[in-house]
Amino acid sequence: MLPRFWRKIKYRYDIVGSECESCGSKFYPPRNLCPVCRRRSRIKEIDFGERGTVVSYTVVYDSPDEFKLQKPYVVALIKLDDGPLITSQVVCDPDRVEVGMRVVKAFRKYFEEGDAGIIYYGTKFVPE
Amino acid sequence: MERVAIIGVGQSEFGELWDRGFRDIVLSAGVEAIEDAGLEGKEIEAMYVGNMSGGRYLDQEHIAALIADYSGLAELNVPSTRVEGADASGGLALRQAYLAVASGVHDIVIAAGAEKVTDVGSEMTTDIMASSADREWEGFVGATLPALYALIARMHFIRYDTTPEDLAMVSVKNHRNGALNPKAQFRREIKVEDVMRSPFVADPLRLLDCAPLSDGAAAVIIANERVARQLTDSPVYITACTQASDYLALQNRKDITTMEAVRKASELAYKTAKMTPRDIDVVEVHDSFTIAEILAYEDLGFVEKGKGATLIREGITELDGELPVNTSGGLKSCGHAVGATGIRQAVEITYQLRGKAGKRQVDAETGLSLNIGGTGATAVVTIFEVR
Amino acid sequence: MKSGIASYGTYIPRFRIRVEEIARVWGENPQNVKGGLGVYQKSVPDLDEDTATISVEAAREAIARAGINPLEIGAIFVGSESHPYAVKPTATVVGDAIGAGNNFHAADFEFACKAGTAGIQACMGMVKSGMIKYGLAIGSDTSQSAPGDPLEYSASAGGAAFIIGSDNLIAEIEATSSFTSDTPDFWRREGQPYPSHGGRFTGIPAYFRHVTSAAKELMENLGYRPSDFDYAVFHQPNGKFPVRVARILGFTDEQIKQGLVVRYVGNTYSGSSILGLSAILDVAKPGDRILLVSFGSGAGSDAFSIVVTENIEEFPRKPSVWDKINSGVHVDYSTYLKLRKKIKLR
Repeated sequence: MLPRFWRKIKYRYDIVGSECESCGSKFYPPRNLCPVCRRRSRIKEIDFGERGTVVSYTVVYDSPDEFKLQKPYVVALIKLDDGPLITSQVVCDPDRVEVGMRVVKAFRKYFEEGDAGIIYYGTKFVPE
Repeated sequence: MERVAIIGVGQSEFGELWDRGFRDIVLSAGVEAIEDAGLEGKEIEAMYVGNMSGGRYLDQEHIAALIADYSGLAELNVPSTRVEGADASGGLALRQAYLAVASGVHDIVIAAGAEKVTDVGSEMTTDIMASSADREWEGFVGATLPALYALIARMHFIRYDTTPEDLAMVSVKNHRNGALNPKAQFRREIKVEDVMRSPFVADPLRLLDCAPLSDGAAAVIIANERVARQLTDSPVYITACTQASDYLALQNRKDITTMEAVRKASELAYKTAKMTPRDIDVVEVHDSFTIAEILAYEDLGFVEKGKGATLIREGITELDGELPVNTSGGLKSCGHAVGATGIRQAVEITYQLRGKAGKRQVDAETGLSLNIGGTGATAVVTIFEVR
Repeated sequence: MKSGIASYGTYIPRFRIRVEEIARVWGENPQNVKGGLGVYQKSVPDLDEDTATISVEAAREAIARAGINPLEIGAIFVGSESHPYAVKPTATVVGDAIGAGNNFHAADFEFACKAGTAGIQACMGMVKSGMIKYGLAIGSDTSQSAPGDPLEYSASAGGAAFIIGSDNLIAEIEATSSFTSDTPDFWRREGQPYPSHGGRFTGIPAYFRHVTSAAKELMENLGYRPSDFDYAVFHQPNGKFPVRVARILGFTDEQIKQGLVVRYVGNTYSGSSILGLSAILDVAKPGDRILLVSFGSGAGSDAFSIVVTENIEEFPRKPSVWDKINSGVHVDYSTYLKLRKKIKLR
């Protein structure tokens, strides 16, 4: 597995991001530095839970190789109940997705490096 | 600070240039610009090149050296720098050139932009463009660049009642203008129905909402006022060239329907040029996707946030409107040669301000160009004047 | 020390395909198939699901229901015959995905359809010996079947996860027995995409011999008769074998009805008998005694006698296994082929 993906398994298998204790800002993906506080950052890890609401979405018809079999698939911007926005796939019939839909996290396979390569898992969302 | 002017421009045709390699394409733009400026070439003191991904498109880095070599400037050991900001690379090159002259360090420099995308397959091209967004957190989940702009479009529809037809009208306008531009890739007019019938790329964006990725190069010669007055009767002054950044991933922006980088860069540009949006006569914006043009109308201050669609509905940004936008045909019709686009925009504004824009000429003494990287993490705004 | 079930969780992918739809394509009479196999429809995994994702979802449900701290899980065993990797254990993916930290024993088990129950036995041993506080045993599969083969009607996808412990149990495992022999009823050689089977040989010499032997041994050791059990659940490769073995052993249709999930979800292989067990636990009352007998080709059976405790009343059991089975989305055969990647791509 590309090391840069392995490094972030914890933050992908669950929705783990950062919170700055100096200003209370929440970030996903995780950060080492709070862009608001910069040198005054006090970053800690935080799990943003499992639920959210779709605030925007698109149905992708023209996809990269890895996702060819699954098109059309839904990519959405989701506002997490306990955290900030996240961009993720929503697994459902594309006709069914709508802004305001409640979703809950699911553990799914994102892609593989071919038949002999590593499998990348992560968090997608499904309708609640 | 020196006053800075464009004294020569050049551009290759944009498109799928199967017979021409990268070196060839760049050279034609550079030579045209040098001739246009009435120079020999040895006067150039520095080169700034915008190129997004020579490494992935051509397996070639050190692009600045390559171009300096083939343009003859390496023979003269002229300093050459490549700058990268995804598809704002051209705008960045323009700005670096501007700064070099404005600061007084150099008298005459060249700013070029170039990209050769057709030497790799279209899937690779799509993937390379996706690297202008956040690879790990947007690319990983299958959010392509059109998908990210589609998220913006849908939000704009919901919040501001913009419609897919509004977006289609942007594409139609740009095609109409491009039909008058001999160097545009797509020179045929289209209708709103054509856009609405084209297949979805990422719903709600359709094929004809998305600018094609093309081969192409463009170059401008930039000099200070003293040198400009010696060499040309029609210098086009750059009275402001500003740049701003924003969070890379869409999910981290404050509001995805506003490009903060565009707002900040343009506010500073107007201030520097001592102008307001009303003072601008002609505009080139970054319509990599039609929705981006609507956002540009708003974020450049031509209309309040949310009302972008009214400008296209009322024909205000047409060639014969009050504020012509993308007289060249924009990225949609000219083709988007990635790193070259920011410079091509400057070339168009220069033609317009010199009165040399042929059939697409509008009445203009001031112009503005907007070049964007990815989904808006980089923005370069340039204001041009003949005065 | 006693050991038993502290929690359980299940996962069934949402797609279904009916026997009628498969029969249509292969020119077979669906009534004959349904009559012969006792299966009406089966579950189908989505393209982005596999044994690892199913195991994680089942495990997460088990952990959430009991409010267990995943750092207290001392062992994770995943049993399957369709692990995503031949080398690289599914248990490690599950461990990271449930936040189990790094200090736990782990391995993947393989024994055809009884790999899950083998994991349960391993956890029991570790819990009883005081080595660990909780063990997580999972049985899940997304087994493949060759196009046009009778197995296509039944080979499905799903899984169940059990947290084995010694305190706060919702069900105690009184005892477990196993019966094992070298019997080549159903097999797949390394590198082959689809399994092979011995036709009718899979019946009496394999399934029936091992299931009845393990069950009888267990019941003899405990001094029980079929009437001492409220429920019985057997491995369910189709809707016929478990019904017949129940009768052979002396159990009634009533006793096996609740756990007989195969008709509507298919054979989830390593998930099969334990999904049936989960369906029973969904409705069981304190004091109910359950017989669970799994079967894995090759061959072997694990038998368990399980007694439900008072704690089950407070335990959250919704959505139930039958709820999940009944909330599927049906697909046609071509979609099924695409989902199961049976279409040869470049």
